[in-house]
Amino acid sequence: MPEKLTAHRGLATWGERLVPLATFRQAAAEAGLTLTPEEREAALRDYGAPVFDPTPIEGPYSRIAVFGGVYSNHYALAEVLEEAARRGAEAIYCLGDLGAFGPNPEKVWPLLVQGKVLAIQGNYEESLASGREDCNCGYTDPRDNHFAEISYRYTAQNSSPEFKAWMGTLPRRRRVRVGNRELLLVHGSPRRVNEFLFQSTSPVPFLEVLLDQNRCDGILCTHTGLHWHRRLPSGREVVNAGVIGRPANDGNIHVWFAMLEAREEGLGVELLPLRYDHAGLAAEMRRERLPEEFVETVLTGWWTTCLEILPARERAASRF
Amino acid sequence: MNTPEVTLKSLDTLWFQVGGTVCNLACTHCFVSCSPTNHTHEFLTLAEVRRYLDEASRLGVREYYFTGGEPFLNPEMEAILEATLAVGPATVLTNGLLLDPARCASLKKLAAAAEYSLDVRVSVDGYDAESNDAIRGAGTFERILVGARNLHEAGLNPVITVTEVCREAITDSGKEKFFALLRSMGIERPRLKVLPVFQIGAEAERGGAYESWQHLKEEDVPEGGWDHLQCSSCRMVTDQGVWVCPILVNEPSAKMGETLADTLGAFPLGHSACWTCHVYGVSCRT
Repeated sequence: MPEKLTAHRGLATWGERLVPLATFRQAAAEAGLTLTPEEREAALRDYGAPVFDPTPIEGPYSRIAVFGGVYSNHYALAEVLEEAARRGAEAIYCLGDLGAFGPNPEKVWPLLVQGKVLAIQGNYEESLASGREDCNCGYTDPRDNHFAEISYRYTAQNSSPEFKAWMGTLPRRRRVRVGNRELLLVHGSPRRVNEFLFQSTSPVPFLEVLLDQNRCDGILCTHTGLHWHRRLPSGREVVNAGVIGRPANDGNIHVWFAMLEAREEGLGVELLPLRYDHAGLAAEMRRERLPEEFVETVLTGWWTTCLEILPARERAASRF
Repeated sequence: MNTPEVTLKSLDTLWFQVGGTVCNLACTHCFVSCSPTNHTHEFLTLAEVRRYLDEASRLGVREYYFTGGEPFLNPEMEAILEATLAVGPATVLTNGLLLDPARCASLKKLAAAAEYSLDVRVSVDGYDAESNDAIRGAGTFERILVGARNLHEAGLNPVITVTEVCREAITDSGKEKFFALLRSMGIERPRLKVLPVFQIGAEAERGGAYESWQHLKEEDVPEGGWDHLQCSSCRMVTDQGVWVCPILVNEPSAKMGETLADTLGAFPLGHSACWTCHVYGVSCRT
């Protein structure tokens, strides 16, 4: 017998033992389930089966505006409300994360109410309304978490109990009909408020199953901060509306929102850039002594924090 | 025995033991005891991978990971990556020794042509030759860094993976040393993944095996259930079938079936390695 487990010389490793290859292979062959072809087909079918969702259906509309991640950017919020009206939106939806990064979080509240914005809770609202000690953004890197903490603490300290309670009254998802298409509006994904749906890590087969399970013709989400749109082979749509709170890490200072409209051929999806008073925002952030890293992003269009969560492709397009 | 069970919440991550247990190194902490002579699991072929990719697409798998052994010993590895990137994002875990400039250039080409992300994780077990070579073998530190640099120069930013065999990697100051090393190589955005050790396989000989109390019991079930365990959202394919996770491939009892459809049920968390995953919050994902 060899002394070391790593010196096999034709033997197999079974836990901490070395055994003849044939012994391991035999044990493996006998382990686990071997379903019949019919049982396998049934298992695959059940797996993708729709889950019941009591969310009421809103609409139908012929044209709506959708935006995500306000991040206390009341300048961009005011702008997007005007732009949505100018473009004939019959309803305006916000996908959550009203606070973070930006100054004076409570300023967005009257704008949302007066603008009749139909919002859902993001992870920020869930955390603030329930008194959580962190934003539950889902970051894994210590530097990302450091800046996430600064921004969450500031937002929590500068939001009134009334505002936080109002956040808690917002639904977690909405279903909206645009033309004959039924759209599911969520913050992260239909599965988790803080799941990141980036373009390069949200493959078509995954999205198709997600749509099957949630019985809808389209999903609208945010949370990543980066906008994208994918029309699936089934004709359904997944739209990450991006965020109006900070630019999209591409060196441009504008932010992004989405317009959706009923068209004869189906759903029209437009992702649109939005300019706002970014210098005003930067000045107010400095007055509030928010980290210069956050201000830099507003002024340059490049992210300086929350970068480690980016997948390889999105990170390669990033400056930092 | 009151062994708790984990249910599969959704099959998000599919692993392939694409290099089998065959490796051009024989690291003393390898929990699957890979070596040049370990044929417990053999290479997966492109045809086998394709069969599982088809099934995975029906299940809506989100991401694919490739490990071994050393994946780049598999002569079909690049074709396998190309087939995978057509259906989803892929990550390869490598020891870096076979990352010559030509290989890195073709990986970069694959990444650039794909709609989905390609990530490469390179393992190193210390920020200097002395600590790393004690684990991974004499002369490997320099060769690993050459591989990582080749990737960087080809335009792919590797994720450096370190195990907690390197005790310093647990602390922020220890991580800084790795970042400094990578920056000194010209890698301006260093990425690091730190994994705990599993006291099985070769590591049981090096650092000691589990003790009998290191087991999960029914009363350990956290309030939110076992959703934090990767086995609630992953499976591992080897040439011998489908296993519950990337850790337990040398335990025949952790094999769940032949096809993915066979493996959508619950799994008993009866192994000491399950205890490590729970206590340390392990995910083998990046």
